[in-house]
Amino acid sequence: MDKLISLLYEDSSLSVEELSAMLNESEEDIKKRIEEYKKSGVILGKKTFINWDKVENSGVTALIELKVTPQKETGFDEIAARISEFTEVDTVHLMAADNYDLLVTVRGKSIQDVAMFVSRRLATIDAVQSTATHFLLKRYKENGVELTDEEKDQRSMML
Amino acid sequence: MINYEELLNENIRKVKPSGIRKFFDIANEMEDVISLSVGEPDFTTPWHVRAAGIESLEKGRTWYTPNRGFAELRSEISNYYKRRFNVEYSAEKEVLVTVGGSEAIDLCIRSLVSPGDEVLIPQPCFVCYEPMTCLAGGVPVIIETKAEDEFRLTPEQLEEKITDKTKLLILPFPNNPTGAVMKREHLEGIAEVLRKHNIIVLSDEIYAELNYGEERHVSFAEIEGMKEKTVVVNGFSKSYAMTGWRLGYALGPAELIAKMTIVHQYAIMSAPTTAQYAAIEALKNGDEDIEKMRSEYDLRRRLMVSSFRRMGFDCFEPEGAFYVFPCIKNTGLTSDEFCSRLIREKHVAVVPGTAFGESGEGYVRVSYSYSIAHIREALKRIQEFLEDIKK
Repeated sequence: MDKLISLLYEDSSLSVEELSAMLNESEEDIKKRIEEYKKSGVILGKKTFINWDKVENSGVTALIELKVTPQKETGFDEIAARISEFTEVDTVHLMAADNYDLLVTVRGKSIQDVAMFVSRRLATIDAVQSTATHFLLKRYKENGVELTDEEKDQRSMML
Repeated sequence: MINYEELLNENIRKVKPSGIRKFFDIANEMEDVISLSVGEPDFTTPWHVRAAGIESLEKGRTWYTPNRGFAELRSEISNYYKRRFNVEYSAEKEVLVTVGGSEAIDLCIRSLVSPGDEVLIPQPCFVCYEPMTCLAGGVPVIIETKAEDEFRLTPEQLEEKITDKTKLLILPFPNNPTGAVMKREHLEGIAEVLRKHNIIVLSDEIYAELNYGEERHVSFAEIEGMKEKTVVVNGFSKSYAMTGWRLGYALGPAELIAKMTIVHQYAIMSAPTTAQYAAIEALKNGDEDIEKMRSEYDLRRRLMVSSFRRMGFDCFEPEGAFYVFPCIKNTGLTSDEFCSRLIREKHVAVVPGTAFGESGEGYVRVSYSYSIAHIREALKRIQEFLEDIKK
């Protein structure tokens, strides 16, 4: 994989200057490559990385397994697109799994809120055969970052 | 009252306590200090290596090992030097497993140096060679490497310092603190001088795997005719992120290794058993780990050199180890002043170059054995510090 992508994934605030130094490429090349990644939809944008467990009133998150009947022609795509439209839905992934097809992350104000959304909005879609809802209790690691309080550097000063 | 000073061995009295401790104490007391001062990897030992150590403990393998180290480990070390640096050593007679590279250095100096013998030490360098020479009753002869030579030892400098008392030359490359490396052509130059003299070389190759140039590390023992004059010191600390396991080794002529083994046998018995099991795994299956860490260090190295240069420091490009050694003379401060003020005013710890010998004056050692985010924050503060100085 291109190291430029993994560096930007780790920290989007890295400047072109810094990236150019680290990757030993000219600043022009780095700029050009970033532009190309944006055009081709590899780089979609920048967001702030939030630890929701530390945000007051941030609500609840649930993972919903959906068993779905694939449609003629479109397979799972059309259903997935439809589900993606809900603002309550954070992620939608097609899985290679034993007993379900789509894994959907839903965020809501309360457990009840999420449960209602699932039963009224998702379970009622014709192609959805069944749902299983799992509520998230605690986040330990997200996007490659450990969220538990950082351990102090235990290395001592040595020459 | 007993006067302990009087009782002490005269050689230990010659060794002065390091002035750098004071500075470290300030840094250690500070709560929010951002350090760029450590001399060890930020990576933890690769999991499969730790697992091998754990497994040996689970199986209750908690006894001494043979004095020289496990035969399997010695044979893997021998394979490793052949595989990566093209030098062949007999696992049977030319390999000794030690407690870190440090012990191997100590054994080599103690086995060779008699009172009055001169030991050539290129500085700036790691801090142990000079005191260990003194402890053996030897005379340290310092050779100051220069920024204009990219901190390499030159044949002319070497020739100039050789006398009929010279016993040993320390060759500490890739170098801590400068990050300098000696490439094949530079080593050839040194070898050319040594062919005329009866001098042993202690080649401290502990940073051999952390070499960022186009050419891989060249062991001094690989240079024609030099193997019989060289004791190579290496270990697991830097290449496999295993500092706390305390495991290193010496490679050299059978006669010398045999004598070093005698000292080791009486002083130490054998290197830590658990660490030896882990090290076997590291050598068998750890080449990929080395590469992963090396390429990560390389990114940080480039980031640091370019940032220091952009700030206006004269910063020679280090091709080895994990330090940069920028020149701070244009700030008008001494190394000590620079570091003391930087830690007091911006809570950033870097090490004064003088900790590595007087010739380090005007320089500071900055370690990049930290995450990129950590390095960026520290660099930002150093930039602010510079602006404050200029006011």
